Amino acid sequence: MTGLAATSGNDLTTADGVPLKVSLSRAQRRNKIKAVLLVAPLFLFLLVAFILPIFDMLLRSIDSAEVVTHMPNTVRAISTWNGEGVPEEAVFAAAAQDLAAGSRARTIGKVASRLNYEIGGMRSLIMKTARKAKKLESGPYKAALIGMDKRWAKTDVWQLIKRESGSYTLSYYLAAVDHKYAADGSIEAKPENLQIYVNLFFRTMWMSGLITLLALLLGYPVAFLLATLPMRQSNLLMILVLLPFWTSLLVRTTTWIAILQSQGVLNDLAVWAGLITDENRLQLIYNKTGTVIAMTHILLPFMVLPLYSVMKTIPPTYMRAARSLGATGFTAFRRVYFPQTLSGIGAGSILVFILSIGYYITPALVGGQSGRFITNFVAYHMQQSLNWGLAAAIGSLLLATVIVFYLLYNRLVGVDNMKLG
Amino acid sequence: MNKHIKVLGMAAFAGAFSATAMADSLTVVSWGGAYTASQKSAYHDPWTKKTGDTIVNVDKAQAGLAGLRAQVEAGNVTWDLVDMLPSEAQIACDEGLVDIINHDQDLAASPDGVAPSKDFIAGSLSECFVPQIVYSNIIAFNTTMFSGKQPSTMKDVFDLKGFPGKRSLQKKPINNLEWALMADGVPTDKVYDMLRTEEGVNRAFAKLDTIKDNVIWWEEGAQPPQLLADKEVAFASGYNGRIFNAQVNEKQPFQIIWDAQVFEIDGWVVPKGKMSKVKAYLSFATDTQRLADQAKYISYGPARVSSAALVSTHATTGIDMKPHMPTYGPNFKTALHKNDEFWADHLDELTERFNAWLAR
Amino acid sequence: MAPPPYATTTERGWHYIFRFLCGLIFLFLIGPILVIIPLSFNAEPYFTFSEAMVVLDPAGYSLRWYEDFFTSDAWLGAIRNSFIVALFSTILATALGTLAALGMSSRYMPYRATVMAVLISPMIVPLIISAAGMFFFFSKYQLTQTYTGVILAHTALGIPFVVITVTATLTGFDHTFTRAAASLGASPVRTFFKVVLPLVTPGVVSGALFAFITSFDEVVVVLFIAGPEQRTIPIQMWSGIREEISPTILAVATLLVLVSIALLTILELLRRRAERLRGLTPN
Repeated sequence: MTGLAATSGNDLTTADGVPLKVSLSRAQRRNKIKAVLLVAPLFLFLLVAFILPIFDMLLRSIDSAEVVTHMPNTVRAISTWNGEGVPEEAVFAAAAQDLAAGSRARTIGKVASRLNYEIGGMRSLIMKTARKAKKLESGPYKAALIGMDKRWAKTDVWQLIKRESGSYTLSYYLAAVDHKYAADGSIEAKPENLQIYVNLFFRTMWMSGLITLLALLLGYPVAFLLATLPMRQSNLLMILVLLPFWTSLLVRTTTWIAILQSQGVLNDLAVWAGLITDENRLQLIYNKTGTVIAMTHILLPFMVLPLYSVMKTIPPTYMRAARSLGATGFTAFRRVYFPQTLSGIGAGSILVFILSIGYYITPALVGGQSGRFITNFVAYHMQQSLNWGLAAAIGSLLLATVIVFYLLYNRLVGVDNMKLG
Repeated sequence: MNKHIKVLGMAAFAGAFSATAMADSLTVVSWGGAYTASQKSAYHDPWTKKTGDTIVNVDKAQAGLAGLRAQVEAGNVTWDLVDMLPSEAQIACDEGLVDIINHDQDLAASPDGVAPSKDFIAGSLSECFVPQIVYSNIIAFNTTMFSGKQPSTMKDVFDLKGFPGKRSLQKKPINNLEWALMADGVPTDKVYDMLRTEEGVNRAFAKLDTIKDNVIWWEEGAQPPQLLADKEVAFASGYNGRIFNAQVNEKQPFQIIWDAQVFEIDGWVVPKGKMSKVKAYLSFATDTQRLADQAKYISYGPARVSSAALVSTHATTGIDMKPHMPTYGPNFKTALHKNDEFWADHLDELTERFNAWLAR
Repeated sequence: MAPPPYATTTERGWHYIFRFLCGLIFLFLIGPILVIIPLSFNAEPYFTFSEAMVVLDPAGYSLRWYEDFFTSDAWLGAIRNSFIVALFSTILATALGTLAALGMSSRYMPYRATVMAVLISPMIVPLIISAAGMFFFFSKYQLTQTYTGVILAHTALGIPFVVITVTATLTGFDHTFTRAAASLGASPVRTFFKVVLPLVTPGVVSGALFAFITSFDEVVVVLFIAGPEQRTIPIQMWSGIREEISPTILAVATLLVLVSIALLTILELLRRRAERLRGLTPN
């Protein structure tokens, strides 16, 4: 290694005559580069396989290329329309041309699907007119289109086309917070009988809060017991915490179905014991109760493990000292022990809460109608209604919430202090 | 760079897997359960016997349109043939997700030489769609749940006092809104006119409100017979063939309420670019004999006029299939034909409203 | 452990009540997992204990659901797929994650906390969001409905576990060992293989086990990006639960519990070994 030699003046240099400062910073840079190079492959991998996909989803939530791509002439012509009454002949001519071309190329269906999200009935209006427009040879197009369907004389149809003629839209985000564009382009709340996501979002939050609280109430005593028992016993009991942690999520969900359903183990037991009659079996699943019970069970280990790792660092002597100074057992616990576990409570609670609001599988399987989470609607719009833009918008809002809590977690605990098992 | 090599290596490895799976095999997407079983017995097995091609069944028809969109967008279409309802088939056709079918050229004529365009039920063919069957959405009940009078009409389904117990309905506005109106006394031919108005939709939801607390919503076609058998519910909506299957093959004490049945057609679409691969199979699977054969296994009416005469008895129990068909005279009196155009237009907004209503 | 000798009578009471409550919580944790094991031997196609089972009549028990499982092409195909995907994604995640952890545990790593937050994020971001994003992004490059796509996705999901466990092992790692090895004349390569590797191996292996079980258990992403050929065990269970619950699922669940017990045992043995090795350190 590099030896030190005192030379002229105050400068320290290494054996080969390089000033020590330079040599040290060179070594430091080498170490830095080494560290970065070790992390780089993984970072790049995550960038491609994880981070870019998430950005792609964010883009989807504002992407609205259908109209501008498949009705380019109409978009150009309508840009000068002032939004009042019905556009002039040139716009109708462009629309007739685009519709006919889109019908031949079989691309116009995408425009129809896109616009139908905003106003019901746009699908048939576009598709029917497109089929007929193929046969139109000359104008006037305004009269011809209105003749095919009188909805073409309505202002809001054209306003919709104009509004969605850009490459990007806020419509999906508005829909995700139960709002929409009014006919005049201002933003208004949807009628009450169409509002759904905001409520669901809050329901997800408070149910996750409840699950977190239950996990804390159940997890705290267990962690305390594990931390205070002698090593040998606590290791044995730790297995009871770790086994569920390592058991497939679907297995744990299935077992709750077997236990809680109305012909299930728990109800059978209650009927057998005479607590309830056969006709009045309890509805414990396919509702909020089912979701809360199953998810508390599934997330409990994520509460116990951080609590345990904090409690293990608290020396038992503190409690004994408090007792010897005259505190009762309860006071000693409340004043001395409990405050020291607060960081563990914070870590476990935020972790459980973050995991809970993003859960999909368990609420979908045991939540029935009332026990669903916002994630269920992301999946619903991805797979059933096929409104991918709306799915992406709801997903982005959920992601933003999770990131806020993740930053909080990072601030409180530090992600590098996360431990598993 | 490193990453590229890795991806290439993985691709080569994955390629080795898919290559073996693709050889002489058709991936057919359908609804699963008793329905796929009937297709297997009537079309797939004879085809495999004839040509040696294997047929892979995928039970993803519930998400058929989503799957097609994803695959076409990805430029990686792995499905060869998809079972679909006409309204979704129309959307798939409009969006260019499926191939256009030239019915008279691509399909087989009837044994007496009637061209396919004349032989399929009038109005059932469309540009990208070949019908297979006429099926019906009905409500069935478990007879052991009612000791006295048995229910027989749609009104009874909405009558919680007369016929207590849970109901299971599909978690979609389709059928439920129609049924609500019919149970509320709207005549069959006025149902869709009514649903085009705000008052009509309100009236339907108000009627559904009366039973909402007693409904368990199902999502997969296999659930209703299961729920009825387990006595989790007294009534369940479902496809008439699935209920028939449970009645006959599993000897379940189920009864179908044919009143206010909503019938429609079901058939095939060919995913984009797959026509040349599946043409021979499609022609075989939709010929007169195959469609008639399917009716031996499940109580759905064949979509070809020339098949009707060949419908006979159930394959394993030998019972007469005719009284179990949706189109059988006494069953058909108050039947409603599902309006595909109405649902193509209004599915988005009514689903939104339905979901909001459910969440409340 | 008995209550401490200075405890009052009330405190003794509390102590036993506390023990009892903890017992109940442990029952809540483990009971459900144990309940399905006998249920999977039910001779009847129900999800509950039949009368014959309660009175321990052998006729009430049967292996029919296991037979169903082992003779079903769908289930066997799913096992094969699950192992293929889990194996490849574990190898990738472990290799990339271990390298990164070596870099992350260096004092000289710039922006350490931020980078760590990014590396851990696949564990924090809700799966449904990762799945939707991967579905959109992978579609563009023809990676949906392929093994490659599923393996890449599962690698990303498994990485945080490898990074966390290996970094944790390295933090506890005593650098005087490497210095001692160096001062005794060992080359850096020799030091790595003879000193560093044996000490971090338990961390690497437990990280790999985590990555394996993450992939083996994952359903949401597979649901979105896999095709019919990549059906895994969790997908098969998912559709089984949603469509018709047959006790075959309970048989599968029982087998999966055995798998997790096996993994847990390996992990426990590793932990003990690590503790023994650590026991040699002066602090």
